[in-house]
Amino acid sequence: MRGLRVLERILSTIPIVFGVAVIVFCVMRFTPGDPIDVMMGREGHVSQEQIDALRREFGLDKPIHVQLYMFLSRAVRGDLGNSLTKHRPVSALIRERLPATVELALGALVFSLVLAIPIGVISAVRQYSFVDRASMAAAFFGISMPAFWLGIISIIVFSVRLGILPSYGRLPYGLEPARVTGLYVLDSVLTGNVSSLVAALRHLLLPSVTLGAPMAAIVARVMRSSMLEVLRQDYVMLARAKGLTEWAVITRHALVNALIPTVTVVGVQTGVLLGGNMIVETIFSWPGIGRLAVDAIFNRDYPLVQGVVMVYALTFVLANLAVDILYTYINPKINL
Amino acid sequence: MLRIHNLTTEFPTRRGAVRAVEEMSLSLQRGQIMGLVGESGCGKSVTLLSILRLVARPGRIISGSIHFEGRDILSMAPAEVRRIRGADIAMVFQDPLTTLNPVFRVGEQIRESLRVHRIGTGRTSRREERETVLSLMKEVGIPSPESRYWQYPHEFSGGMQQRALIAIALACRPKLLLADEPTTALDVTIQAQILELLSRINSERGTAILFVTHDLAVASEFCHWISVMYAGRIVEQGPVDEVIADPLHPYTEGLLRSIPRLVKPRRRLSPIPGDVPDLIGLTNRCSFESRCDRRMPECAERPVSLVDVGGGRHVRCILYE
Ligand SMILES: Nc1ncnc2c1ncn2[C@@H]1O[C@H](COP(=O)(O)OP(=O)(O)O)[C@@H](O)[C@H]1O
Ligand SMILES: [Mg+2]
Repeated sequence: MRGLRVLERILSTIPIVFGVAVIVFCVMRFTPGDPIDVMMGREGHVSQEQIDALRREFGLDKPIHVQLYMFLSRAVRGDLGNSLTKHRPVSALIRERLPATVELALGALVFSLVLAIPIGVISAVRQYSFVDRASMAAAFFGISMPAFWLGIISIIVFSVRLGILPSYGRLPYGLEPARVTGLYVLDSVLTGNVSSLVAALRHLLLPSVTLGAPMAAIVARVMRSSMLEVLRQDYVMLARAKGLTEWAVITRHALVNALIPTVTVVGVQTGVLLGGNMIVETIFSWPGIGRLAVDAIFNRDYPLVQGVVMVYALTFVLANLAVDILYTYINPKINL
Repeated sequence: MLRIHNLTTEFPTRRGAVRAVEEMSLSLQRGQIMGLVGESGCGKSVTLLSILRLVARPGRIISGSIHFEGRDILSMAPAEVRRIRGADIAMVFQDPLTTLNPVFRVGEQIRESLRVHRIGTGRTSRREERETVLSLMKEVGIPSPESRYWQYPHEFSGGMQQRALIAIALACRPKLLLADEPTTALDVTIQAQILELLSRINSERGTAILFVTHDLAVASEFCHWISVMYAGRIVEQGPVDEVIADPLHPYTEGLLRSIPRLVKPRRRLSPIPGDVPDLIGLTNRCSFESRCDRRMPECAERPVSLVDVGGGRHVRCILYE
C-alpha cells in the first residue's frame, strides 16, 4: 500500500523534471552572450567561416525548437551533450564532480541538524533563558549573514591566523582513499584509511559550516517554535502524569511531534543549500559541480550549464520526495 | 487517603496574581467518589494538576499541604512525586483527542504507562505487557483489542479514545483516579457509557475517584460526596444527597435551580445572573456576593470561612457563621 503510493509519488516528479529541462534550455538561450564569441575571444582573430563551422558542429545553427528537441531527446538517454569549453561529455564531467558536491551538502546538512535540533529543543524547554536568548541571537545572525562573508572570515580566522584548518580543496594531493562511492569521508571509513579520513574531515569542516549556517539558523528557529507549541499540548501533560521523567517526556513524546514541521522546512531549505553551494565551492576551491556551473555560466557553455542545472533541479525534487516519504513515517495521519 | 489542606495555587500575570485555587480543603476516603463541581474557570483543573504537582509554569503552589496516604506530596522530592504519578494517582483528562499522542499507536501508549513503573520490580517481557494491555483494553470496553492495539489515536472515535485514556490511567492499578471532566467532550450517550465504566471501576477495583465536572446533574447521579467550587474556593461540601436535597449556600441553590432535571416540576428554570468574577485581587470576603440573591450589607465587609455545620457538611457563607 505504502510502496504503491511512494511509486506514484516518484512517477509524479517526471513532468516536473521535464518542465525544468525546458525552462533551463529557454533561459540559457535568451540570456545575452554567445558561446562561440566567448570561445573565440580567447583565441584571437578568427574568420566567419570558422565561426559558422563551430556553430554547425554544436548544432547552434538550427532553429531553437529543433535544438530543444535534440537536447530533450538526448537527455532522456542520459546524453547531455559535450561541453563547449572542456570538450568532454557533460555527463562525464558531472559524474566526476558530483561526489564532492554531495559530500559537501551532506556535511552541511549533518552539521546544521546536529547543531540546530538540540539548540531548538533546549531553547524551547528553557524559554527566555540565557541559552535561549543567545542561540536565537546567533540564529538571527546566521540567517542574515551572507555565505561569502562567513566563508572568507572563517578562512581568515581558522586557516590564516590560527592555521588549524585547511581552506582549500578536499584533500592534500595523494591522500585520496580508494574510490568506492567518491565521497572521501565514506570511502576512508570503508577502506579503513585513517589518515585520509582525518584529512577529509578537516577539509570538510569549514565549507560545511559555511554552507550549513543559514540552514542551521532556520532549523533552530523552527524547531524552537514547534517545540514550544508541542510542549503546550495535552499529550505532553499526560506523559508527565504517567510518571515519566522530563527527559523522557521531551525526547520521546514531544520531540517526534516537534520534528514534523521541521522536516518540511529542511526539505524546502535544501534549495538554499544548493544555491549557497556555488558560492561556497568557489570560496573553498571545492571541486564540485557548483564551481563547474560558475565556470560554465561565465563561458556560456550551454550544454554544461544545462546539465548542471538539471542536476540541481533533480536534487531539489529528490530532496522533497525524500521529505514526503519520511513524513509518512513520523506522521501517521499522512498517507502521502 | 487524600487530604488537601489550605491549598493555594497562583498564576502570576501582568495584571497581578491569579489565584486559581485558594485555601482549598478537601478530603477523600478510600473507595469514595467525590465530585468537584463549579462553573468553568473556577479552578477545578488547577486543583487536580496541583495534586500531581503538574501545574505548568509560571503557575505555582503558594501554600497548603496535600497528604496522600499520610505523606505530603508538596514536600516530596520530584523523583518521589514521579513515582506516585500514574502509579498511585492517575489522571483522566478532558479532551481525549488532544490527550493521546498522535504519533504513537494507542496500544503502545497504554503499554508505556505499565512500563514506567515497572523499573526495578522485576522484568516483564514485551509479550506479557501486551497481554496486560489487551486485557485492560477489554476491561474498559474497547472492542477487538488485538487490532485496536496497533491503531493510531485518530483512528479511534471520541468515546474509544476516552476509554483508551482510562486504560492508560488504570494500567498501574491506581488507588486514586483524578477525572477532569472526562465526559464533557463526548456525546450524551457516550457520556453515560463512560460514567457507567468509571462507576464500575470504582465498585470493582475500589478505586477512589475525584471527579471534576461543571455539571451538577452528572455529579448528583454519580458521586458520593460533592464539593462546590466558586472562584477558586470551596463554598459548600457534603454528602451528595443532602446537598442536592437541601443546598445551604446560595450559589449551590442557584446552580440547582438552573438544571432542568433537578428542578421540581412547574418551577421555572432560573440561571444565576452575572458572571464569574475576575480571579485577580480577590479578597477573603465572599466572592459570590455581587451575584447573590441573599446578599446582606455585612457580606462586603467581613471575611468568610468554611464552617462545619455538622453531618459532614461544610459551607462558606455568612448566613451560617
Ligand atoms: N496557565 C495558566 N496561566 C494563567 N492562568 C491560568 C492558567 N491556567 C489556569 N489559569 C487560571 O486559573 C483559573 C482556573 O482554571 P481551571 O482550573 O482550568 O478552570 P476549570 O474550573 O474550568 O477547570 C482560570 O480562570 C484561569 O484564569
Ligand atoms: Mg478544566
